[in-house]
Amino acid sequence: MTAKLFLKTSSSARERAIFSPGKDGEAGDVGSIVDAAGCSQAEKGPLEARSSFQTEPKTLLGGTPVNPSAGAEGPEFDPSRRLFLQMLGAGLVITVLPDVSPGQRRSGGSGPAATVGARLQINRQGVVTVLTGKVEEGQGARAELTQAAAQELRLPVEQVRMVMADTDLVPNDGITAGSRTTPVNVPSVRKAAATARELLKGLAARAWQVDPKTLTVRDGVITQRQGGQTLSYADLARSQDLAEVFKAQIPADVTLTEVAPGDVLGRSVPRPNGRDLVTGRHQYPRDKTAPNMLYGKILRPPSYGATLLAIDLTPARALPGVRVVREGQFVGCVAPSTFRATEALKAIAKTATWKEVPAPSSQALYAHLKRNARPGRRPREHQRGSLDTGFAEATKVLTESYRVAYVQHAPMEPRSATAQWTGDKLTVWTGTDNPHRVRADLARSLGISHEQVRLIVPDMGGGFGGKHSGEAALEAVRLARAVGQPVAVQWTRTEEFTWAYFRPAALIECKAGVNAEGGLCAWDFTNINAGGSALEPPYAIPHSRARTLGSDGPLRQGAYRGLAATANNFARESFIDELAAAAGRDPLAFRRSHLNNERVRVVLEKAVKEFNWEERSQRITPELGVGLACGTEKNSVVATCAEVAIDRRRGRIKVLHVAEAFECGPIINPANLESQVQGCIAMGLGGILREAMAFDKGAILNPSFGKYQVARFEDMPTIDVHLVANHKIPAAGGGETPLIAIAPAVANAVAAATGVRIRSMPMRPELHRLRVRS
Amino acid sequence: MERSMHLTVNGKQTTLITDPSRSLLDVLREELHLTGTKYGCGKSECGACTVMIGDEAVRSCYEDVGDVKDRAITTIEGLSSGETLHAVQEAFLAEGALQCGYCTPGMIMRTVGLLTVDPRPSDEKIISWMNPNICRCGAYPKIMNAIRRASRLMSEVTSK
Ligand code: FES
Ligand code: FES
Repeated sequence: MTAKLFLKTSSSARERAIFSPGKDGEAGDVGSIVDAAGCSQAEKGPLEARSSFQTEPKTLLGGTPVNPSAGAEGPEFDPSRRLFLQMLGAGLVITVLPDVSPGQRRSGGSGPAATVGARLQINRQGVVTVLTGKVEEGQGARAELTQAAAQELRLPVEQVRMVMADTDLVPNDGITAGSRTTPVNVPSVRKAAATARELLKGLAARAWQVDPKTLTVRDGVITQRQGGQTLSYADLARSQDLAEVFKAQIPADVTLTEVAPGDVLGRSVPRPNGRDLVTGRHQYPRDKTAPNMLYGKILRPPSYGATLLAIDLTPARALPGVRVVREGQFVGCVAPSTFRATEALKAIAKTATWKEVPAPSSQALYAHLKRNARPGRRPREHQRGSLDTGFAEATKVLTESYRVAYVQHAPMEPRSATAQWTGDKLTVWTGTDNPHRVRADLARSLGISHEQVRLIVPDMGGGFGGKHSGEAALEAVRLARAVGQPVAVQWTRTEEFTWAYFRPAALIECKAGVNAEGGLCAWDFTNINAGGSALEPPYAIPHSRARTLGSDGPLRQGAYRGLAATANNFARESFIDELAAAAGRDPLAFRRSHLNNERVRVVLEKAVKEFNWEERSQRITPELGVGLACGTEKNSVVATCAEVAIDRRRGRIKVLHVAEAFECGPIINPANLESQVQGCIAMGLGGILREAMAFDKGAILNPSFGKYQVARFEDMPTIDVHLVANHKIPAAGGGETPLIAIAPAVANAVAAATGVRIRSMPMRPELHRLRVRS
Repeated sequence: MERSMHLTVNGKQTTLITDPSRSLLDVLREELHLTGTKYGCGKSECGACTVMIGDEAVRSCYEDVGDVKDRAITTIEGLSSGETLHAVQEAFLAEGALQCGYCTPGMIMRTVGLLTVDPRPSDEKIISWMNPNICRCGAYPKIMNAIRRASRLMSEVTSK
């Protein structure tokens, strides 16, 4: 049934595009993935989850079309339309009629939503379905976008559903990355919803022959002040007129509601599909099955860049139910269970011979980065004054370098995909931040049209910037095409740790001068390999240069939560403490006298007050230190104080208490934002305490949670989160920047207690320096 | 070598033919389609796959199905009765103790195991008991709250 489809084998440029998170190496490039790649996030609402994953796939995708009207889908049937009807209907309608009038419907496009109907639909129960290309991966987009629509439509959140990241149904909102959903997609959903509300009012006004201005809306009911007449959204959804008016473009200058205290935007709305998550009912990408589905395992090289020279496939073929696929370097085993597929793969892997290439080890990482430092493809450089003049003024000059290891996102759900061909239409369920892009990449690799590929991202089990690509999707598609049956490819943790991409390691070189008055007069800061996020200091320094250099990063590098801002802020905020000490000044006073960013100042003051810094910093002992750090990135600001206990005999540290103040504009969902801040602190602790990829000869040496140790319950300090609201700016995202100040705060606390400065993330390899003989 | 065996999961007995050295996790997910139990590492290092076997919270990726065939197995799907959630599920929802939610079934099952042996655990006990389970989203503080709340909820019920 898939005979018409031809997959280009071996690694063409197209294929590399899909394997690649977008980068190659160095910082500037990495930054562009996250910062420039567009917008947003998406998700799939409870409704969608229910219908696309909990309905028997047979009933879902089989059968005759309900609405065989025009569309891009194949002539035999129309799965997307059928699904859409069921989705909007599931659990809501008793009628057998499609409950959305035909003109409201659309299939997903490749562009952003231009019309109201492309962004939202209303069914005959008055339930609004919002369509978005953003994905939900734990960051809370589903709740936040629900709130955005509810706010403008004057509806309870229970009457809003989200359909996220199903390319047949939703507009292309770009990649879910860079903290872009809040600043970009919340407004775009609000604009569509505000337009829809006015259109609905217009319909009511027309029916009553009154001026729309005399109408008010509450809980989805339109009321005329004088006559006391009412019409609900549900009533209006029954008319054909609604379909017509929803074809209207969304004007760029729609007036949005002034958000008032007590409004839904600003409330701690819980995760809309929370119940499905605590009952195990939600189907993550890895949980998606299709009828007659098989499980696939892919042969992996023993090291990066290795080429397969020879392999004997017969031991796998001898196993019952196993099929082996070989397309050039791509070798996979397909079987009715993961167990059997794994057994088959092991049997042939033993026979494989490889040509390997030399590669640097993590032991030699920083020397390697330094040796290969060179202008990057997208260099960043900020310059002010003249470094020569600045250093000439200095009475003290410090030069230090800081090291930040390769780390991995390690989301709890490793990559996976389920691919199903139905005629010449391909459906793929997978976990990616970039559904439309992966769809396009798949189509290109297969030589088919975008419309023939439907890519669906069910709410997924974490990403943290690590799922911008579509590796498992391509693997599943290749296997499914070869065997003519649906195939699921589910990466193991070892595969995820080895074949996903990594946050780039950094070597950061810093040189700065302090003048006779104890002021910073010169600043020279170079990030090698990791990128330019949060490169510039939030401090007033008359003569400065901050720049990035590229290098030859030995691992596959890509985006990450907070990206290079973590490395840059670690180096900068550690160095600021060192400079304060050199100037004989207190680290807080030193920062206060140099800060030139008022928003950073506000959160810094908030954090030190709540932490009781002034008093606690007077009580430092060799076993108990406090440290602070602040920073800004992606239009949000953070300050963190940490208390750290040091076991000098054994050379161990334990973070006891963290107080973090964070501000990203007006707060849309306080409980969710608090979770993001807590999560960032946990992730940041992993990075400063222990996380580092170890590698040698092109192989990862610690590809497991036993060896690569992320933060666990035992690592958690008492965490006080202080959210600061700022109504002077539009809301910015909050899922990344809270990560950037915890590492330097911990390093500063250790240095304050012990006098030992550890300039490495993680600190673990150097903790022995804290040891004293008693 | 495949064998026929009985498995009792969520009070239901099933017969299946499979290799007894297959992991319980695989069998739950791929044969019984109980996908609420998650794969996180397959090496007993993350707790995502935690289920109850009898009264004990166990990592199902590390149990051979052949070894548990005569035991009563409860998965996340078997915890609630109909639409009524188990107190631990209630508590996780009420505290918003999840972000992506992928670790949540394992966290909930491990909490059930904890409260079975120690209905009023101290914070220290909670931390050491829960430590095998990873939440990469870092929902730990709210998970702690949820466990405290579940403990309160359950002792209220028993004292009534
Ligand atoms: S999957 Fe079983 S402990 Fe990680
Ligand atoms: S909520 Fe995502 S791993 Fe715990």
